[in-house]
Amino acid sequence: MSHYESPLRKPLILQDKTLHDITEDICRPIEQKPTKLWYAAFTVASICLVWWVVCVSYTLGTGLGTWGTNKTIGWAWDITNFVWWVGIGHAGTLISAVLLLFRQKWRLSINRSAEAMTIFAVICAASFIVSHMGRPWLAYWPLPLPNQFGSLWVNFNSALVWDVFAISTYFSVSLVFWYTGLIPDFAVLRDRAIAKNLAPWRKSFYSIVSFGWMGTAKNWQRFEEVSLVLAGLSTPLVLSVHTIVSMDFATSIIPGWHTTIFPPYFVAGAIFSGFAMVQTLLIITRKILNLEAYITIYHIDMMNRVIMITGSIVGCAYITEFFIAWYSGVEYESYCFVNRATGAYWWAYWSMMTCNVFSPQIFWSKKARTSVALTFVVSIFVNIGMWFERYVIIVSSLHRDFLPSSWSMHHPTFTEVGIFIGSLGLFFVLFLLFAKFFPVIAMSELKTIVKSSSTQAKKYQKENVELVTSH
Amino acid sequence: MNFTFTQRHKLVAAVLMAIGILGIVLGAINAPEGDMTRTWASLLLGNFFFMVIALAGLAFVCIQYVAEVGWSAIIKRIPLAMSTYIPVAGIFMVVIFLLGHKEIYPWTMEVLDHHLAKKASFLNVPFFLIRMVIYFAIWIAFAVVIRKNALKEDEIGGTSMYMKNRKLSAAFLVLYLISSSMMAWDFIMSIDPYWFSTLFGWYVFASGWVSGLSMIGLIVVYLKRQGLLPGLKESHVHDIGKFMFGFSVFWTYLWFAQFMLYWFGNLPEEIGYFIPRLTVYRPLFLLNFAINFITPFLVLMTRDAKRKLSVMATAAIIILVGHWLDVYLMIMPGTVGSNYSFGWSEIGATAFFGGLFMFIVMKSLASVPLIAKNHPMLKEALNHNI
Repeated sequence: MSHYESPLRKPLILQDKTLHDITEDICRPIEQKPTKLWYAAFTVASICLVWWVVCVSYTLGTGLGTWGTNKTIGWAWDITNFVWWVGIGHAGTLISAVLLLFRQKWRLSINRSAEAMTIFAVICAASFIVSHMGRPWLAYWPLPLPNQFGSLWVNFNSALVWDVFAISTYFSVSLVFWYTGLIPDFAVLRDRAIAKNLAPWRKSFYSIVSFGWMGTAKNWQRFEEVSLVLAGLSTPLVLSVHTIVSMDFATSIIPGWHTTIFPPYFVAGAIFSGFAMVQTLLIITRKILNLEAYITIYHIDMMNRVIMITGSIVGCAYITEFFIAWYSGVEYESYCFVNRATGAYWWAYWSMMTCNVFSPQIFWSKKARTSVALTFVVSIFVNIGMWFERYVIIVSSLHRDFLPSSWSMHHPTFTEVGIFIGSLGLFFVLFLLFAKFFPVIAMSELKTIVKSSSTQAKKYQKENVELVTSH
Repeated sequence: MNFTFTQRHKLVAAVLMAIGILGIVLGAINAPEGDMTRTWASLLLGNFFFMVIALAGLAFVCIQYVAEVGWSAIIKRIPLAMSTYIPVAGIFMVVIFLLGHKEIYPWTMEVLDHHLAKKASFLNVPFFLIRMVIYFAIWIAFAVVIRKNALKEDEIGGTSMYMKNRKLSAAFLVLYLISSSMMAWDFIMSIDPYWFSTLFGWYVFASGWVSGLSMIGLIVVYLKRQGLLPGLKESHVHDIGKFMFGFSVFWTYLWFAQFMLYWFGNLPEEIGYFIPRLTVYRPLFLLNFAINFITPFLVLMTRDAKRKLSVMATAAIIILVGHWLDVYLMIMPGTVGSNYSFGWSEIGATAFFGGLFMFIVMKSLASVPLIAKNHPMLKEALNHNI
């Protein structure tokens, strides 16, 4: 790729950072003792994690009767949380794979932490699948393993089985992708630990995890080839995972679930919620770790644009569903949708609409897109809204059964709420550990754009514009 | 460097249109018992196919502005020229609807059963016409103004026109997101008025979008072979090829999602649409999948294939034929039903609109410089090397 950039392009690395500055800025937080703020956050997250352990243990020990689900509403917070977490994971894959194929250089400052977020979010999501089974010691049953139970075999016609494959493939590929990117950066940490004679555990830990990376031309060539192949593999995964998740619902014939727009609309919603979570995390991270030169306002602006676009696509899908429910002439469909907006769960529906469709529209204004505080607020809104979306889809479609005698409501119990809050604890414990021991920005990759997209490069190009563009 | 609209081009376009008119007339004369359904369905097919290609051209231009794309700056005049066909498509769409609605759209019958009566507040002739006029008014307005601004940039330079068009493009894309779905419900989905699918609008969009990308690819290859795009490198062709490949897969994804969910649910009101497609139309239904998924997937998979002009031209033609068949399968089962074939009407109507499309696009391509002069991303495009 050429180093020339149009004068319209904004710099992606500010404050005249050099290659060495990047190494120093990213490695410093890892090599120093954690700050008080980190300890405080880690304590809170750990407490939540303990609560998660308590609530999950209580559920598994006592049974699923500890939750507010019932015969009519067989899925509620469990699958809502599962879909919510899987959706959040999507931004990481989109940033690392799709934006790589689209040559979006701004992904370089954010891909590492977004990919980490993907991994942790999928772990949280999987925890809900296991815990809602009630008997986690049988969690291998969805796998098509040869067994001695007679003719017992998984039902390949079930979208739930497809989901097992979809999620496990997604997790493995994301993990390998993330780890491949980490190897050169681990090698930097290893070399620094040896050169500076840091604690012995650092030397051995980063030696082991960096797989003997030498930074040779051959190393880099293989690295780039693997990255491209993994990006190619991950791109269909961005679409397939949430497509299969949507088919958990859409392959049924329950009004409100059985609709053809679900696959792409779930994918758009997943990217939407994922970017919101990336914003939430990165706005905090860049502040605490002083990364404003790398995660710039422009990066936040770009992510806000993605949020606005995907939010509008999701909004368009909501309205399409509503209209076609009427147009279909199927009274069960029409009832389901009118009931969503005006029935017992109207508050959930309108929370969803407000947070997901109306709130991101503020980003049409450049001022709003480039305001850190406002971005943070909207990102929280979207996180909440996307949780409600899944709650609305799952619970409101179930609670009015075909037989009025089966009509029901869902009342969450202390345990259910505890598991959800606890999963946030699990997520943040993992993320904080990541931010402490792993480089939060892919420094080796980021260095590739110093010559084209840093403030220094921009100055150079302005002074020598003829020189650069003469060919 | 400019493209010249030569006598030979004009002759080819005129011959296509003449064959087209002849075919349409012959098809109409030979129609058994004077039934004009096949003629009108074929006209809708031809016009709709080139209409969505022209719309894809405009959407492509707008996406380049909104996403601040660099590499495409030297090919943008091509989709821009494609967008000048939209008004022509609009006129024909209105005419086809006014004269042929009885043959194409069952909900325009005098007496409606209770299912269609329920939908009559939406599916009725005046409201349909109003919607149609609104869609075209929006599309044409944006197409005209965006093209005017882009051409003005050649004269005045600077970035003011670029910024102006960026704003307009964002507005267009929002309206297009809504109108492209709605026009698909109106123009196509209401041919089978009992049937409904929330995905249908996006599915039709995907089909038109791939056709449009392939048309851009085909024109780029043609111009390159004429030696008219000296700055165009293999890298640019490669990028267009990636789009054709990627969105062919995307189309397949939506095709599969829509079909699988209805096949799986097997509800009478939903599967009814697929029954003719799975029985009398079965060979075409499977061919549709083969041409539009398997062929581009295998042909355009490798890097070398996407960088070769001959392979790209072949793939573009295959995809265009494939998506014509896709539109055929959207229209014919609901109109002519089991009496389908490929005869004078179908080929004639498509040849006519193809010739017209060729004439309009080449004319507008020739009327302006082939490469934007002062585009702020032009140097990036000329330095494009992947």
